[in-house]
Amino acid sequence: MKALLDKSWTWSFAAALLVWLITITYTGGQGAGEILTAALSFATFTIIVGLGQMLVITSGPGNVDLSIPATMTLAGVVAMKVMDTDTSRMVVGIAAALGAAFIVGMFNYALIRILRIPPIIATLSSSFLVLSCAISYGRGIRIKPPPPLADFATARLWGIPISAVLVLALSIAIFFILRRTLYGRSLLAVGQNMRAAWLAGIRVDQTRFTTYVFSALLSGVCGILLSGFSGGAALNMGEEFLLASITVVVIGGTSVAGGRANVPGIWGAALFMYLLVTMLNTFGASAGLRLILTGLMIITVITLAGGEKQQR
Amino acid sequence: MLTRRHVRQALPFISLAVVLLATFYVQPRAMSYFGLNLMLQYAVPIALATIAQMFIITANDLDLSIGPFVGLVSCIGATFLTQSPLLGVFLLALLLVAYGLIGALVHLRSLPSIVVTLGLSFVWLGIAVLILPSPGGKAPVWLKALMGFSMPVVPLPIIAALVIGVVVHVTLMTSSYGVIARGAGGNDKALVRAGWSMLRTKVMLYMTAGFFGILSGLALLGLTTSGDAHVADRYTLYSIAGVILGGGEFIGGRVSPLGAVVGAITLALAGSFLIFLRISPDWQIGAQGAILIIVLALRALVSYGEARQ
Repeated sequence: MKALLDKSWTWSFAAALLVWLITITYTGGQGAGEILTAALSFATFTIIVGLGQMLVITSGPGNVDLSIPATMTLAGVVAMKVMDTDTSRMVVGIAAALGAAFIVGMFNYALIRILRIPPIIATLSSSFLVLSCAISYGRGIRIKPPPPLADFATARLWGIPISAVLVLALSIAIFFILRRTLYGRSLLAVGQNMRAAWLAGIRVDQTRFTTYVFSALLSGVCGILLSGFSGGAALNMGEEFLLASITVVVIGGTSVAGGRANVPGIWGAALFMYLLVTMLNTFGASAGLRLILTGLMIITVITLAGGEKQQR
Repeated sequence: MLTRRHVRQALPFISLAVVLLATFYVQPRAMSYFGLNLMLQYAVPIALATIAQMFIITANDLDLSIGPFVGLVSCIGATFLTQSPLLGVFLLALLLVAYGLIGALVHLRSLPSIVVTLGLSFVWLGIAVLILPSPGGKAPVWLKALMGFSMPVVPLPIIAALVIGVVVHVTLMTSSYGVIARGAGGNDKALVRAGWSMLRTKVMLYMTAGFFGILSGLALLGLTTSGDAHVADRYTLYSIAGVILGGGEFIGGRVSPLGAVVGAITLALAGSFLIFLRISPDWQIGAQGAILIIVLALRALVSYGEARQ
């Protein structure tokens, strides 16, 4: 069983390592450390939202959170506007941003549960609403983050981004939540077979509600951190994270059919994806070629890692 | 007798009627040949992309690459198809084969279609960017003429949508091939036991989807007259929403071609309606989300009653 679990995520780390080795061989060992540092700091953001997406995808077939980019943007805009570059208002700003994200999560699940809208469409339609809120509230002003937040988001210790260390702690926490807590076990059970889980007396609604709210909160955290990192919130800041969040989850070995999560795989996949882009940049590949190779890599990795038999 | 099932099936059409009437109420001048033509012309490529998505959904899969695919077709159309038509047609045929191969790959390795098509979306976009790094090129003259053709009395987009909807409906809902195709999504094991090849069925479904994707790209090119890799990025989401708005479901091979076309038109029309309403641009996209939610909430209400009956 353990060997089976390990199988899918060692792939992504091996691929990441390979790509890194090719890159530094090409540069003659130059910038090996810098490449890793950069990969870690950029991968951190993808990992945060990837963890949330993983929980949602694990909650069963057809579950996916398409509102992640919009929620990130809303959280970033709310945080920057409430803080208004004032350090003393930082805590209030973070609380407001996470509060907004919490509401998005609740709204998502309300659409899914009460209106019985398929999760893909529910989170898609709510993301439209959330994005409009962010646009209307932000009104195109770019407010700088308060210095401590910016420092925190960009701080490094011996070349390792502080945020990456914290996200590692978060990942370990989620790893244990999935294995050892009532919520985690319930989530896996619900993901494998919702009806069986319900018959077994698991609180299906509560579990799924927690999952969607969790994902929204993680998007919120990512939005705040990214605003700190890149000097303010932008209305398109979440865009690339929609595909990235799904990609890292699936390449990382989490089952799309639900019921099987893989935390370490997300790290491997996120590093792989970023290092791949770095490698292609080093080779001087054009934007088009970079896109094609990225796509082919995704398809190759999923083909090699293999699909799984549908669980019924 | 009017049962709730009938109401549910009529819901996409009722939604369209409501949005149409609301548009006419806000902007009476839209109620003309010219107005309808203008509002609905972009509904044609969206409807074609929605039909493409519907064929994939029929097999319980999902195509996240249809938007970039439509963009790629528009780029090929604006360059190769204009300069050397034979090469252009050959490339488009190659795309069709690629779609079939993807279907085979997804089936043989039982891969999650979401991930494979996610990867594909990068590939399509990449090729499109290589062909046309910035928007440009020229649509073939015949394509422009076809899309700009003015029909007597009834605007072309309405006729086109009707023809697409009816043809696909008849094929998928009444022919034996259509029954098998829907069976692939309903119960694949039963299909295999009855002696049908699941591989062949899936390849056919994917190739049909590719075919309608190509039609969508060409139709869009005929309207925009120049190619752009990013022109249809939103189509992926539009097409999924269109299928669901039209009464389709993600699993079980339960789809409705006529509904899908109507769903796509409703989405396209909702855009014009919101512009006529003079809603602040900030809320345009939000209002579109709200319309989606309202329509689906209505369906939930009807279905809920149906289950209780």
